[in-house]
Amino acid sequence: MKKAILKERTNPDGSPRNPVGVEVSNLSKNFGSQRVLKDITLSVKPGEIFTIMGPSGSGKSVLLRQIAGLDLPTRGTVRINGDDPAEPDTRDRFALALVFQAGALFNSISVYDNLALYPLEHRLCPKRDIRDRVMRALKILSLENAAKKFPSELSGGMKKRVAIARALVMEPQLLLYDEPTSELDPVMSATISEIIATLKHEINVTSIVVSHDRDLALTISDRVALLMKGELRALCTPDELRKVDDPAVKDFLNPTIDLKKPRYQQLEAS
Amino acid sequence: MNKLNALLDAFGSAILLTGRAFGSLPTAPRILKRVVEQAFLGGYASLGIVTILSFFIGAVLALQAGLTLQDFGAKQLIGTLVGESLVRELGPVMVAILLAGRVGSAITAELASMKVYQEVDALVTMNIPPERFLVLPRLLAVLFYMPILTMMGVVVGWFGGAVICKYVAAIGVEPSQYFQSLRAYLTVSKVWDGLIKAEIFGFVIILIACNTGLRTTGGPREIGFAVTRSVVASLISILVLDYFITKALA
Repeated sequence: MKKAILKERTNPDGSPRNPVGVEVSNLSKNFGSQRVLKDITLSVKPGEIFTIMGPSGSGKSVLLRQIAGLDLPTRGTVRINGDDPAEPDTRDRFALALVFQAGALFNSISVYDNLALYPLEHRLCPKRDIRDRVMRALKILSLENAAKKFPSELSGGMKKRVAIARALVMEPQLLLYDEPTSELDPVMSATISEIIATLKHEINVTSIVVSHDRDLALTISDRVALLMKGELRALCTPDELRKVDDPAVKDFLNPTIDLKKPRYQQLEAS
Repeated sequence: MNKLNALLDAFGSAILLTGRAFGSLPTAPRILKRVVEQAFLGGYASLGIVTILSFFIGAVLALQAGLTLQDFGAKQLIGTLVGESLVRELGPVMVAILLAGRVGSAITAELASMKVYQEVDALVTMNIPPERFLVLPRLLAVLFYMPILTMMGVVVGWFGGAVICKYVAAIGVEPSQYFQSLRAYLTVSKVWDGLIKAEIFGFVIILIACNTGLRTTGGPREIGFAVTRSVVASLISILVLDYFITKALA
């Protein structure tokens, strides 16, 4: 990491902007008759990297959308420092940022404009300062040369980095990542993991990462929650997770390929 | 019953969308650039096709009316008939149909795509209300360019009628006579009637387009369905509203 994006992160009243804590209590989410999340309770401490892991379809991204306030739970609550994330005031106060799986960059405007949108719309500072802020974020992610490009001209890895840069410009106190390493090659996955880990220290932010990337989760996380079929199967540190004596958890962390007993046939049977 | 529920649901959500969009009206000066951009995309870019369409509507109207009026010995009234038909009815309706097909469909496709690919979610997490960022500029823009497009179409249609009257031997009405009869019965209130219709049509079309786009869920297939739904709903709304507005203004 080249340099800290924010030398002084303060609220308008001058108080320091500290990372926030997240409380999820008895959260359930149904889509019609399908229960996608079942009674999830967990807490994320201020400043930690908390990874939500689990196989595809286990409800990880659905849980992240509840934490971001994009969807409302069927039952239970999510609180960010005691406030409801679905309220615009809460999102505004804590500058909650979400890095979407596919980037969700605005395709009709340039990379620079994507990054400048938040400070411009919220009139956070004069245009010259916005430019400095955007260029600093681009520099941190080695994207200075991409400022004038459009999202359609970027590779998958660059889109992810631009999405992270866009989140950084918001000076967030809570940074959410949805599958930040999906569809990336191993080297780029490692790069993104390094960026997430470094940002934690550089901007002192609480990070919640949704991923099925075992290397990312076990390397950079302070704690890991393992979701399976909408239920919380484990909640511990990466070291503790490696020692969990649960066959399903072990199988998820170290899957073996057994052509005599193919896994897909067991899926069909279940 | 499900279709009725869906219709009421869409209607309710359109009303909410209007309320939320105009709730952020105090921020209008900040979105002026986007209003101008939308006026360009929707209005200026439609001028060519409105001109061509209107010319031929005026021409066809003059041709049909001219031959019929001649049978009754009343071809001197052709200017009145073409002029009033265009300004009160055909002008606003045809420009509205064009707007639904050209601009409304494009808006639905764009917003539906933004919704499906989570760009709208990104706006929400940035605390930028999509109603202010995406909907209000389009609604304000259409209120600006719709009357201009309509008047432009009406005037071009009048000229289309004049050209046919002069050059089709079977009709043979001179432009001076045509425009004299047009002016004789045309009043400012009739022009206003047409412009009021145009404003309402334009507003409803863009509202339907935005609402349908922002309510789209699923994948790329649903974007296509959303565009179809938006255009069909707009066309039906134009014709139904046309009856009620005409009745109210009569």
